[in-house]
Parts: sequence; structure tokens; C-alpha cells
Amino acid sequence: MAFLQVDNLAKSYTGNDAPVFENVNFSIEKGEFVCIIGHSGCGKTTILNALAGLENASAGNLIMDGREVVGPGLDRGVVFQSHALMPWMSVIDNVKFGVRSRWPDWSKAQIEAQATQYLEMVGLGHALHKKPSMLSGGMKQRVGIARAFAIQPKMLLLDEPFGALDALTRGTIQDELLKIVQATEQTVFMITHDVDEAILLSDRILLMSNGPRARIAEIVQVTLPRRRTRHDMHHDPRFYRIRNHLVDFLVSRSKDPKPAGEIHPPVVRPGEDEPLTASLAA
Amino acid sequence: MKNEHWKSLLLSVVLFAFFIGVWFVATQPKESAQQAAAQDEYAALMGKGAAKSGGFPPPQEIGKAIVTHLSDPFKDNGPNDKGIAIQLGHSLGRVGLGFALAILVALPLGFTIGMSPLLHRALDPFIQVLKPISPLAWMPLALYTIKDSDLSGIFVIFICSVWPMLINTAFGVANVRKDWLNVARTLEVKPLRKALTVILPAAAPTILTGMRISMGIAWLVIVAAEMLVGGTGVGYFVWNEWNNLALPNVIFAILVIGVVGMILDRCFAGLQKLVSYTE
Ligand SMILES: Nc1ncnc2c1ncn2[C@@H]1O[C@H](COP(=O)(O)OP(=O)(O)OP(=O)(O)O)[C@@H](O)[C@H]1O
Ligand SMILES: [Mg+2]
Repeated sequence: MAFLQVDNLAKSYTGNDAPVFENVNFSIEKGEFVCIIGHSGCGKTTILNALAGLENASAGNLIMDGREVVGPGLDRGVVFQSHALMPWMSVIDNVKFGVRSRWPDWSKAQIEAQATQYLEMVGLGHALHKKPSMLSGGMKQRVGIARAFAIQPKMLLLDEPFGALDALTRGTIQDELLKIVQATEQTVFMITHDVDEAILLSDRILLMSNGPRARIAEIVQVTLPRRRTRHDMHHDPRFYRIRNHLVDFLVSRSKDPKPAGEIHPPVVRPGEDEPLTASLAA
Repeated sequence: MKNEHWKSLLLSVVLFAFFIGVWFVATQPKESAQQAAAQDEYAALMGKGAAKSGGFPPPQEIGKAIVTHLSDPFKDNGPNDKGIAIQLGHSLGRVGLGFALAILVALPLGFTIGMSPLLHRALDPFIQVLKPISPLAWMPLALYTIKDSDLSGIFVIFICSVWPMLINTAFGVANVRKDWLNVARTLEVKPLRKALTVILPAAAPTILTGMRISMGIAWLVIVAAEMLVGGTGVGYFVWNEWNNLALPNVIFAILVIGVVGMILDRCFAGLQKLVSYTE
């Protein structure tokens, strides 16, 4: 059984309205990086919140690591779209808050060391004692990432973590996230609107059809080798095959998903027939 | 910026000097000699000094009163002759006690109301009716039930400070950003720790705004309450000096009330600044 198993998940807000999404099925393996893409309002955040235990689904099952997900917990680290840092705490206190929650018995020094280590990992070693209001958007987002990573959760949930950032900053943080995830073998579920970001980071990409009654219409296997960089990726013909496939879905096929009744979305591997470029294969 | 600051200060000084000047000129003794003589005679007859009878006191007399009072602020020669510091002490003591009681009630209650929409709706009608009642209207009831003028004063301060604090605390707690609460939930933070480390700091600026309003009202009310109840305090001091027709003393007391009120307000402004945060 997969690390995370989502079965027939559905959510409706008001009783008589059509559900926001229904029959959502997917699974995530341990150490896998999975992105979900879909048009605004299709229910991505709702799915993530259900995984986080912050919101209850109307129907379906969520099983993580062999246990049913009920309510939020320290085994899942959440990076919120709006970073959600406590503005009255310094950067390090924000991270320490999480660490102390995870390990209440730790000594002050241990907590401090853990928080510092993860803040240094995201390149914020120089800003430990600043207040979040003194940081740029990208730095705040990195604090949020450090806070989520520092509790060493079994799974990370990221809701459009880079949505509010300019392209340049976004690239830098994507590289950082990629490095960290590759080093820590984290299991990650991430929402994004950015097709390139999804290709760079994920092993698989879930494509969601438009709501209401949204579903996972297709699962795209990223056929690029796992060790990839933003720079090299663009030289690979597979990259364009995947990219075209995703954009094509978002532009023309997301409104018209597969007929109802199809419960397990098909897996596609765009560009599988293309040879791997030498530089990447090495 | 710095320049502006000096300009405004200079203007304040000029305005003040102008005000004192007008006051001085307006209160010059009338040189209509006959009348003055007659008045002097009348005053002598009544056994009072000439200076005291001459209408509104000129600024130099206020100055004199200020010097006399401030030179011996701690004197205590019986109930009608206490130094201003002693009277202030009484007033501040009452305000402090009533205010502290109000905090003890308003903070926990406001927290509960803020966390529970049900309780909020249930208690709202009561709060809405009780809030606009002038605190002095409670005085007779307080005197009758408590039978102690000192405690009644404290009660009146309590009742007038409790509403702004309660309402602001409830509002602040109810409007803590959902994101921060979600962070606490995902970190499985226990309720008490959540209340102290997330909700309280998040709502603190709103709570302190409520406290600042409360303190302003309490300082307004204490003077009136002490006039009513008598015995001690700046309110009683004002009333007592009015009965003595000692207007310079009354004006002195008014100044003191203003300055102390300002200092109290500044203190709360400082506290506010301490707990405020920018998102
Ligand atoms: N509290 C709520 N009550 C009623 N409807 C809601 C509520 N929250 C969300 N919805 C509806 O659920 C749908 C999905 O919302 P959700 O926030 O999950 O979308 P999303 O895919 O994350 O969108 P975006 O990409 O813009 O963030 C939306 O159509 C929204 O109108
Ligand atoms: Mg969303």
C-alpha cells in the first residue's frame, strides 16, 4: 500500500449544491514529490486542507502511513500560501515554536540548535532575530518552509508556496527546495499554478478538472531524470513534451474531463519515447 | 522632520504665552476706585482678604497656588487639608483597584466570548444594554448594597472600565487570523499554550486599545465619583476647594487632573507600542 492513499474523496459545502470535487483518487509513495495543478477554484486547497486535517471531507477515505487521517497533526508539515508567520515572533522564534511543539521535552539549547540548523538550510542564518515584517516575501516564505521542515514531518504539504513571489526569487527558492528535498527524501504534496515549477520539482503531476464536480482527470509522470536543474531541464526535449501536455490540458481539456464513472485517472508519460539527453542522463 | 518638531513646539509655547497674557490682562483689578474701596470694606467686614474676593483669579495666583501645593504635597492635617499627592494617591488607588478587578473579569470572560460565537450571541444583548449606562448611575445602588463609600468608588471604576476591555478582548480574540490558529492546530499546540502564545499576543493590540479607552473613562469617572462620595481623592479636593471658594486651588486641581490623565494615557500608549506588531 502507498504511503498516502486517497479514496473517493469528495467535498460539498452546502447540502444541495454540487460538490466542489468528488471521486478524487490518488496515492503518493514515500519520498515522492507530487504536484497538483488545476484552475482556480477547482478545490486544490480544499484537498490539501483535508490532507492536513484542517478541514473535513464530505466523503471518502484518507489513509497515511497505514492510519486514517483525523485532524491535523505533527506528522504533516504545512507551508501556507500566506506563509502564516506570527508577526510578533522573530524568525527563529517562529521556527522554535514548531520545534518546541514537536519535542516538548527538548532543552532550550537543543530547540535553538534545531531551529538554527533549518534556518541556515534555507539560507536565513543571517536573519535569525529579525521580525517577519522586516523580511522580503521570499524570505518569509523560506521561514515558513524552515518551520515545516524543522519538525521533520513524514509529509510536507505546500499550498502555492511561491505564488506571491517574483520570477527571480521564485527560481532561487525552487532551487533551494529542490536541494533540500533531494537531500532529505521528503514526501511532498504541493499545489502550484506554475507548469515549469511543477515539472522541475515533481515526480508526478496530478491534473485536476474544473469544478464543480472536479476530479483528478489525469496523472502525468515526469519522465525527466530525478536529478534535474532549472537550467539543464530546458535543453531536454522531454521537458517540452511534458510542458505542452500540461498546458494543453489546462487550456483545452480541463473543462471537459473524462466521462463520469472513470474513477482511477489514467497515467500518461509524455516524452517517454524521446531519448534522454546526454548531459542529463550522466 | 526635526525642523517641524521644533516649529510645532515653538508654536505651542507662543500660544501658551498668548493665553497667559490674555488671561493676565482680563483679570487685572478694576481701577474704578470707589467700587474697589467699597468691595475692600465689604471683604474686610466678611473677614476675608481683599485678594480673594476679586472675581476670576489672575494667572500669578494660580502660579502661587501651584508652588504652595507642590512644595508640600504630602501634608496631612486632617480630612480637609491633605496634600495633593495624598489626594492623588487615593484617586489612583481606587482607579488602580477598580481597573485591576475589571481586567480580572474582562480578560477571561472576553477570551471565552471571543472563542465561542454561541456565548457571544447569548451575552451580547446584556452587554449592549449594560454598556451605555453611565457609571455614576450605579452609585446609589453601590452605596446601598456595599455600604462603603470607598468600595463604591472602586465598584464604579470597575463597572465603567469593564465594558471597553470586555468588548475589545472578545473582538480581538474572535478575529485572530485563521492562518495562525491553523499553524497552532497543525503543530498540535495544547489549548492553554495556544491561548498564551498565539491568541493573546495576536489580540494584545486590540485588548490594550480597550484598556486605554477604559483607563480614560475611569479617570473621567473617578473625579465625579469622588465629588459625589467625598472623603478623599482629587475629586473631593476640587469639591472641597470650591466650597472654600478657593478658585486658584480648584484650577490647580484641574491642571493636575489633566496632567495625570495625560500621563496615564501615555503609559498605555507605551504598552500598546510594546505589544503591537506589523504584519
Ligand atoms: N468555506 C467555504 N464555503 C463555501 N464554499 C467554499 C468555501 N471554501 C471554498 N469554497 C469553494 O470551494 C471551491 C474550491 O476552493 P479552493 O480554495 O479549494 O480552490 P483552489 O483550487 O485552491 O483555488 P485557487 O487556485 O484559487 O487557490 C471554490 O469554488 C470555492 O468557492
Ligand atoms: Mg488555493
